[in-house]
Amino acid sequence: MNALDIMLWGVLPYVVALVLVAGTIWRYKYDQFGWTTRSSQLYESRLLRVASPMFHYGLFVVLMGHLMGLLIPKAWTDLVVSQEGYHAVALGAGTVAGVATLVGIGLLIYRRRTTGPVFLATTRNDKLMYVILVAAIVLGIVATLTGDHTPTGEHHNYRETVSIWFRSLLIFQPDVEAMAASTWQFKVHILMGFALIALIPFSRLVHAFTVPLHYLFRPYVVYRSRDDAPAAPSHGRVRGWDPIGTKDRERTKP
Amino acid sequence: MRIMAQVGMVMNLDKCIGCHTCSVTCKQAWTNRAGTEYVWFNNVETRPGLGYPRRYEDQDKWRGGWVRTKSGGLKLRSGGRFAKLLSIFASPVQPELNDYYEPWTYDYANLISAPLGDDFPVARPKSLITGEDTAITWSANWDDSLGGVYATGSTDPIIEKLRDEANEKIKFEYEKSFMFFLPRICEHCLNPSCMASCPSGAIYKRAEDGIVLVDQDRCRGWRQCITGCPYKKMYFNHRSGKAEKCTFCYPRVEVGLPTVCSETCVGRLRYLGIVFYDADKVLEAASAPDDELYESQLDLLLDPHDPQVVAAAQAAGMPADWITAAQRSPIYALIKHFKVALPLHPEYRTMPMVWYIPPLSPVTDLLKDQGHDAEAAGNLFGAIDALRIPVSYLAELFTAGDTSIVTGVLQKLAAMRSYMRGVTLGTGRDPELAAAVGMTPEAMEQMYRLLAIAKYDERYVIPKAHREEAHGLEELACSLDFEGGPGMYESGPFGEASGRPVPVAIETYSALKARQQAEEAASSDQLHHRAGMLNWDANEDAKP
Ligand code: HEM
Ligand code: SF4
Ligand code: SF4
Repeated sequence: MNALDIMLWGVLPYVVALVLVAGTIWRYKYDQFGWTTRSSQLYESRLLRVASPMFHYGLFVVLMGHLMGLLIPKAWTDLVVSQEGYHAVALGAGTVAGVATLVGIGLLIYRRRTTGPVFLATTRNDKLMYVILVAAIVLGIVATLTGDHTPTGEHHNYRETVSIWFRSLLIFQPDVEAMAASTWQFKVHILMGFALIALIPFSRLVHAFTVPLHYLFRPYVVYRSRDDAPAAPSHGRVRGWDPIGTKDRERTKP
Repeated sequence: MRIMAQVGMVMNLDKCIGCHTCSVTCKQAWTNRAGTEYVWFNNVETRPGLGYPRRYEDQDKWRGGWVRTKSGGLKLRSGGRFAKLLSIFASPVQPELNDYYEPWTYDYANLISAPLGDDFPVARPKSLITGEDTAITWSANWDDSLGGVYATGSTDPIIEKLRDEANEKIKFEYEKSFMFFLPRICEHCLNPSCMASCPSGAIYKRAEDGIVLVDQDRCRGWRQCITGCPYKKMYFNHRSGKAEKCTFCYPRVEVGLPTVCSETCVGRLRYLGIVFYDADKVLEAASAPDDELYESQLDLLLDPHDPQVVAAAQAAGMPADWITAAQRSPIYALIKHFKVALPLHPEYRTMPMVWYIPPLSPVTDLLKDQGHDAEAAGNLFGAIDALRIPVSYLAELFTAGDTSIVTGVLQKLAAMRSYMRGVTLGTGRDPELAAAVGMTPEAMEQMYRLLAIAKYDERYVIPKAHREEAHGLEELACSLDFEGGPGMYESGPFGEASGRPVPVAIETYSALKARQQAEEAASSDQLHHRAGMLNWDANEDAKP
């Protein structure tokens, strides 16, 4: 266990969590107007209708898999299913979901690149987000496929290293050694995951935090009293509707 | 009873000349920005015609509005709450830009900057979406005045339906066709399906005046409302990723001014006023069987002269001037007193609040063309009965297909014409004409005054918003916080300009007044972030 390990697996996770929480609160407070999926369906619908659900549903299964693998101690699942059984299910479901996610995002990026208006509506922020998102997904697949052996050929089960470390983070006693004992594939995947998580508050990915589950419960018609104060002025430095005369293709954000 | 007030509009279609002034002034005021180039809060479509976006009335395809279930309940045509959430990642049906049109501009600069040569320089159309050269193939009023009707006329969803039913060809030779204009804005429905479709609950109906708005801060771009609205009056701003819609010019209406489209209407055909309705009965009224929908929506509107209604309004805290305004309301008079205004597509069951007086002109024009006297009562009544196609077309628009209601309204309008001709020519008031359509001569003349004389202050009866109630002298106390005032930057805890932005740069009319009367022109600095020309005035810096 060296200083780098401590920084990466003992300090960085908390920094990332802090960025995520503080960044999200900041964004929620100061940029409600920018908090949107920025849907591009108006420009192109045919590909999106296949790609977007494929990507999102795949991703949810993948996320569920992460939660299960990281949160449920191996000792518990061992009581119910054998290691081989667990592994078979995880690998089966994981591969299907992983492939769906990857094909989905591949289609989304293809669509973004080839549909003129969609490409024009792609910001630099979006591009960075795509690079990191794809990298995290690909590295995750690499880790799953090749990370089960250390370079010296020993068997490695992430649930005995990464998961223990992850749970130790939750109780604020980071088990740096457990993580340091993992393979490089998992380490790189996790670092990329950190980058993705830190990016969420500052990219369009925030849309995931406002999943509108309350839709299931709210009344259909929403009555709301007129805002009390007359609309305060907005001025140059805030995000809002573009000033009059802004062309559709003008990229400048005030 | 939960009594609520609703601002609404009635348009007298006979007077619309299809000049599009309303659309243009609305656009200048509200959608003259990036991402809204294709957005027309107000559009004027020629009927028969495809409408905007194309064939929006084809609900089998677009799945807007509500449907009545077998058990008599209501459900969104596009699916229930679960179905909507599950299909949120890509909306199953949503118009694409192609269904509207690709907005464009012209390369005017080329006209003066092209090098000297043998050819005349041209201003090529450039797509505003891609910036590339583009071929213009459609627009918001491409089939204006039956232009191209040979190619497109038979694909009007209503014509299609009528033809299927009548099992015959509807002729579109220019001289035999009928035509009128239909200006459309958001209906500010009592039972809005846009709102019901919004997963975030960002669309709301203002409790005070019923105006339907999208909270730009809460909209997350799930774009379900666009499918939800059967009138396709919910638009997606593709730049901001948020839904936008007609605002009923709420900053104007709040201070008693008519909407921009009404104020600038060349035909002076728009009426604005408020009505009272019982919010607890909306769902029930919207669930009525098809052939009772018109009646059930009429029943929903309460009689503001009824002492019980007045008492209920007072008990609900309705200000006295709002009650007076409801009693003077031109829209109540046209909708429920004279019963000459009809809702647009009541079968969508959203309980729309922009109503239309159907045009008699298709009938009178045809009579005139055939050399008949188009104002003689006998001719008119006969023609209304005989002209099956215009009447059933109007019925498909305004009464879910019930021609008897449309015929009744047209007969009233025809009777009024003939009756007033008698008055003008001095041949006498003919009470029998009035009686024939179930009206008294006095009512006939009142209706004439409202429809034909149409005085400004009778067309628009708009009570002002009551802010002072809750906030004392706030207008005075806070007016320094408005645009240009010294208080304007002191908002959030992090100093200048922090805190939540208000995305709509609309100043209050008191601030506007101060600016108009100021010694110096407002600087472009003060105005540069303005999102619309709603509060334009002449005392502005000429510099861009
Ligand atoms: C339950 C949560 C989520 C919901 C309801 C949701 C919904 C949506 C919707 C409606 C769009 C817009 C599609 C369009 O019309 O263009 C979208 C786009 C997108 N979402 Fe999600 N999303 C969720 C979670 C996530 C998560 C967790 C991620 C990734 C970490 C993600 C990544 C993306 C990406 C990359 C796009 C852009 C697709 C493109 O246009 O290229 N979403 N999402
Ligand atoms: S007409 Fe207006 S209020 Fe009615 S459903 Fe459409 S957008 Fe909503
Ligand atoms: S301004 Fe009036 S007359 Fe002109 S198109 Fe609009 S509604 Fe019709």
